[in-house]
Amino acid sequence: MKNKILICVGTSGLSAGANEVADNFQLELKKHNLFNNYEIIKTGDKGLFVDVIVEIIDSKKTTYINVKPDDVIKIIDSHIINNELYKKRLADENYTNFFKDQERIVLKNCGEIDPEQIDSYLERDGYQAIQKAFKMSRDKILEEVTDSGLKGRGGGGFLTGMKWGFGKKAESNTKYIICNADEGDPGAFMDRSVLESDPHAVLEGMIIAGYTIGANNGYIYCRAEYPLAIKRLNIAITQAKEKGFLGENILGTNFSFNLKIKAGAGAFVCGEETALIASIEGRRGRPKPRPPFPAIKGLWGNPTIINNVETLANIKHIILNGAKWFASKGTKNSTGTKVFALAGKIKNTGLVEVPMGTTIKELVFGPGGGMINKRKKFKAVQLGGPSGGCLPESLIDTPIDFESINKTGAIMGSGGMIVMDESTCMVDMAKYFLKFTVAESCGKCVPCRVGLKRMLETLEAITDGKGTQEHIEFLKEMSPTIKETSLCGLGQTAPNPVLTTLKYFPEEYEEHITEKKCRAKVCESLLEFEVIPDKCTKCGLCFRACPTDALEWKKGEVAYINRDKCIKCKACFEACNFNAIK
Amino acid sequence: MTEVISKTKSLIIKHEKEQSALIPLLQNVQTEYGYVPKESIDLIADELSIFPVEIYGVLTFYSQFHLNPPGKHTIRVCQGTACHVMGGKVILDNFSNKLGIEDGETTEDGLFSLERVACLGACGMAPVIAIDEKFYGKVQLNEIDGILNKYRETNEK
Repeated sequence: MKNKILICVGTSGLSAGANEVADNFQLELKKHNLFNNYEIIKTGDKGLFVDVIVEIIDSKKTTYINVKPDDVIKIIDSHIINNELYKKRLADENYTNFFKDQERIVLKNCGEIDPEQIDSYLERDGYQAIQKAFKMSRDKILEEVTDSGLKGRGGGGFLTGMKWGFGKKAESNTKYIICNADEGDPGAFMDRSVLESDPHAVLEGMIIAGYTIGANNGYIYCRAEYPLAIKRLNIAITQAKEKGFLGENILGTNFSFNLKIKAGAGAFVCGEETALIASIEGRRGRPKPRPPFPAIKGLWGNPTIINNVETLANIKHIILNGAKWFASKGTKNSTGTKVFALAGKIKNTGLVEVPMGTTIKELVFGPGGGMINKRKKFKAVQLGGPSGGCLPESLIDTPIDFESINKTGAIMGSGGMIVMDESTCMVDMAKYFLKFTVAESCGKCVPCRVGLKRMLETLEAITDGKGTQEHIEFLKEMSPTIKETSLCGLGQTAPNPVLTTLKYFPEEYEEHITEKKCRAKVCESLLEFEVIPDKCTKCGLCFRACPTDALEWKKGEVAYINRDKCIKCKACFEACNFNAIK
Repeated sequence: MTEVISKTKSLIIKHEKEQSALIPLLQNVQTEYGYVPKESIDLIADELSIFPVEIYGVLTFYSQFHLNPPGKHTIRVCQGTACHVMGGKVILDNFSNKLGIEDGETTEDGLFSLERVACLGACGMAPVIAIDEKFYGKVQLNEIDGILNKYRETNEK
């Protein structure tokens, strides 16, 4: 067998020059006449952003990180020709630690296979699950999925088996399976990575879902912002058809299943099931009251099951390994693993998959590697995007499972996890999310359309230094009203970021209102930067950091900030090593 | 028959003549022109038997669609949570200042359009921007001039 050279060619890999790296490997292998011994495999994201990642599998597996196109010649020369590791780009301890405590089920193939070659997937149990499923009765599959305890990974946390049960029971000649790949939460990229790195796993899940409930057609509704994912899905569908895993009479059975991709057009609310259906039908993505639920009356009035990408990617593993195996992972009520997109002020940004029940602390300080800037303390973690909440340090030992997270007022959400340090303002965070939901509200129901707007105005007043105590009372009164009276999930959860920050960080609201102060130095209206002459070491770091020439400095002189030119970007404040700018 | 009409016609043929084809069709038109021209809208309305007002409804509902021609290069600045925490707003403000345009506008020379996007899904590279299809990660304020100049220079050549 040939030795392998795996190169990560995901969205982040490409921006770091992965294609150039791959081309250089091609050239060099050719030059040294090594094509018969080595095979280049372009994989999807591995999960950690230290691009470009190159893994060479010969007698053992060696990982190189941060590889630049120029490094290739040296890697070939050292590793392949002279059998000596190229130490400069060798994966460090940090890299090993990132993967050490993970349990990768959904991400099993990410960074290991070529997503554009079905054979690469087939080598790793690909499409084994549908072959096993076709030999099982539909009731038995449903039983397995239900018993596994798998809950929807898109945020709702509804039991997948139960949802499928509704779809199976519904009587109709036409039924649909939809994969919800409209990953709209800002700060989430789990689904993008899975689709880019292992698209067939999602297709396999959809085929099994279709077979179980008796649906012959499926749609993948994918964000238009993910062009690479759409491209790879299209390739995967074509290849699966060629091999007979999709289309008419799959693998000689009487079951037929066809798949189409629908690209979204940039509307967060389309992640909501009924809005997503409206969008596929070619209309504006506005939600409808439920019931009737899509499982009974969905796409063009037919029973429709909508599952998230990660949920579907779990299915094949449940079929292959059984419900018991899956249920043995995680906690009693939240089984299996969960993929998180770790980002923000954290050392290792990337995709992490851990068993449910892992605590926030274990995640942030384990695979996450702790804070990015050792001088700045952990302050909060944001879970669940615009529908979720910010949790403070005192709750850092909370286990991540559906029940525990709900109790705190945040939600599990789809898996976005943003870590914040002292330089993040919690009032600004609440404002940020509300701005998002106001912009994305479809405008159909009053509480969401008008109520959120009033809340945003209130928060703007507070961050502008015009806040009063009445504003806080107003927010506290408005939030539950909007939650209870909005039509869909967007409005029902939109006040959560405000409620959780009010609950866990009341002192920051208080300071903005009474002292007109933003401790994190974020709220522009409350900021005036100046140099403290006594502390200034005249080093000029601030001068070099300033993007607008607002900093005036000459060698040997104390710096001065021209406020007319200052845009309050904090670049000088961050650059100063001596706390000489306040 | 104008070029837009004949082109739109050739795109319509590729789709079923039903409402569900509307969004993919509009996406095709936009891929062709960078925006959806008025002539296309009228023609699609006729061919798919949909009122033009409904098409406008769809076009203005989804943030992806544009009704005006964009610049030669589209700068998309991510405003996702991770980018926000890492200073994405200041990056957007800076592009806006340096180009003299607001989000959604195009520079007078037609070279750049500026767009804020909710999330590019590349949080590990925060703060991140994308110019056309190319991603730039961990963008620093003092890199912005250099990035813009690169596109200006290629344009002059």
